[in-house]
Amino acid sequence: MSETPREPKIRVEHLTKIFGSKSQEALKLLQSGVGKDEILEKTGCGVGVADASFTVASGEIVVVMGLSGSGKSTLVRCINRLIEPTAGKILIDNQDITTLGMEELRQVRLSKLGMVFQNFALFPHRTVCQNAEYGLEIQGMDPAKRREKAIIALEQVGLKGWEEYYPVNLSGGMQQRVGLARALALDPDILLMDEAFSALDPLIRGDMQDELINLQSKMQKTILFISHDLDEALKLGDRIVLMKDGAIVQIGTAEQILTQPANEYVSRFVENVDITKVLTAESVMIKPKAVVFLSAHGPKSALRFMQKQGLSQIFVHDEHHKVIGYVTADTASEATQRGETELHHIMQTDFVSVPPDTPAADLIPIMANLSHPLPVVSSEGKLLGVIIRGSLLAALAERGRTNNA
Amino acid sequence: MPRIPIGATIEAIIDFLVTHFSFLTIAFTRIMENVIRVMENGLLFLPPWLFIIAAAGLTFWLTKKRGIAIFTLLGLALIWNMGLWVPTISTITLVLIATLTALSIGIPIGILAALNTGVNRVVQPVLDVMQTMPAFVYLIPAIPFFGLGKVAAIFATVIFSMPPAIRLTCLGIKQVPRELVECADAFGSNKWQKLFKLQLPLATPTIMAGVNQTVMLGLSMVVIAAMIGARGLGGEVWRAIQRLQMGSGFEAGLGIVIVAIILDRVLQHYGTKKR
Ligand SMILES: Nc1ncnc2c1ncn2[C@@H]1O[C@H](COP(=O)(O)OP(=O)(O)O)[C@@H](O)[C@H]1O
Ligand SMILES: [Mg+2]
Repeated sequence: MSETPREPKIRVEHLTKIFGSKSQEALKLLQSGVGKDEILEKTGCGVGVADASFTVASGEIVVVMGLSGSGKSTLVRCINRLIEPTAGKILIDNQDITTLGMEELRQVRLSKLGMVFQNFALFPHRTVCQNAEYGLEIQGMDPAKRREKAIIALEQVGLKGWEEYYPVNLSGGMQQRVGLARALALDPDILLMDEAFSALDPLIRGDMQDELINLQSKMQKTILFISHDLDEALKLGDRIVLMKDGAIVQIGTAEQILTQPANEYVSRFVENVDITKVLTAESVMIKPKAVVFLSAHGPKSALRFMQKQGLSQIFVHDEHHKVIGYVTADTASEATQRGETELHHIMQTDFVSVPPDTPAADLIPIMANLSHPLPVVSSEGKLLGVIIRGSLLAALAERGRTNNA
Repeated sequence: MPRIPIGATIEAIIDFLVTHFSFLTIAFTRIMENVIRVMENGLLFLPPWLFIIAAAGLTFWLTKKRGIAIFTLLGLALIWNMGLWVPTISTITLVLIATLTALSIGIPIGILAALNTGVNRVVQPVLDVMQTMPAFVYLIPAIPFFGLGKVAAIFATVIFSMPPAIRLTCLGIKQVPRELVECADAFGSNKWQKLFKLQLPLATPTIMAGVNQTVMLGLSMVVIAAMIGARGLGGEVWRAIQRLQMGSGFEAGLGIVIVAIILDRVLQHYGTKKR
């Protein structure tokens, strides 16, 4: 999952938040390396976030993850300044949010930052539609137009027909859809989601996660998602920021966090993850040792490749490098004895293939009753790699060992 | 140990204010007396039966509850029948003026106290004093400023009945969940938008409970204020006490109860109204 770095939309630099009246004194102690507990003892100040730096690229989902009390909510609230940072910078589109006056800040909140809350924070005295309209109403948009936009946003989250209900009449999952629609109606560049799905039952939560991924593929928002649930973080995050006691412990993709934990804390944190949900076909496949081309090779050369590499079958490409079938060693040797020179007649064209982002958990049942190696094929039909049963199990065992180390 | 001159100080302050400002308050009193007279005459201009039907209709329209409307109809008819119509109208007028004044001062103070800790720190102890100070005490300074009569009664009533309006408005606004206020902020609301679109609507039931208490306290004070010449139903009770007339005292008391129940039920309806 190595992506080309995109333009950073949010850049957080050395952000620190200390709660309490002697925050400047506490800040000095913190900067000189004194621990959180000692600072609390000496100054009575609580450290919420300590020297956090990271970026969120445009269109990226970054999940900030950590146990309860690790400073996630404080961090996300510093970004729209619901909480005033004690030190550090927050740049949104290269504009430093921390120096803005109240009126400018309101404008940024109105135009760029949508927020979704853990306990939904719906206004109980407003209907679903009026809730979705809230931000637009604050912007001063005229009633007919804002209603239209709110209805579109509600439709996006699957709440068509619920406009005139009050929030109390909706289930938790639906209420959070309203929360999401309220943020989406403003069409902000950035969505801040503080434990947005944590209050929902596991099943509903899974649905909402899928829906968010689905919406994101259409909208390409920049999303900062807060979660205390590692599985959720691994599922949603393009990258994950792992926090402990207000400080960032590691930043990386799901796989980096799982396979190269920065320290003991991270490895303990991730050891219970179901590895098969995280690894994808792409990460467990191996390079095909050899392939043949329908136009260039006959049974004899195919047989030679297979013997040389110790393969029992080989995949056949057409002239556009698309996989069109495979040939087994047995049929190739028979055809050679018969003196045939074409691969056409002996090529098997009914084979199973998977796209590169298939989770490893789905690969296991596919592999169970397969007579050939599983080709991993790009959307254009190109062969990216193959998965053989041995390599899949080895990859799972390997990752599992690193985790439990 | 020397006696701390609390009473003397207060007296000196009141004296000072009376000497220098009572010409203003007395002028104000003249104007108010006329306003009260016009209102009373306006209400008395309607024939009682028409007033009674209109009041019953109004309570039904406000509450949509037939029981309350019927009670209003019968209750007011009984008052008319007991020959207490004029004092009742007089009492209702005083209660209306006093509580509207108390509310229009008390609710904004309550809002300020809820939003500003500095204001709150001043208001709370003052409220404690106001609520525990016996009602009669307010009557004393009212006289030098406003003379004996209805305006002094209104003044004392406003002071006496204001605390619940302030307290419950403040409470109602503070009770708005923090997450909702945070949400309004996150969506870029300014102070006024937050107040009118979120805090006041959510605080309305609590504020209405405060309004109800203010009206009830106002009614009880207007009765007590008969001692300084407020007349009305309280005046009837007062006269009955002085002449030891058990029967007419009870009748006037019954009139007060009827007015109180009507006001309470109508206002309670708004206090408990919920989505
Ligand atoms: N308003 C506040 N005043 C004082 N301390 C706070 C405040 N908000 C949060 N904290 C402290 O900051 C730390 C981080 O809290 P929070 O950001 O809510 O964590 P999380 O969202 O990860 O559970 C905790 O130790 C918490 O007690
Ligand atoms: Mg939190």
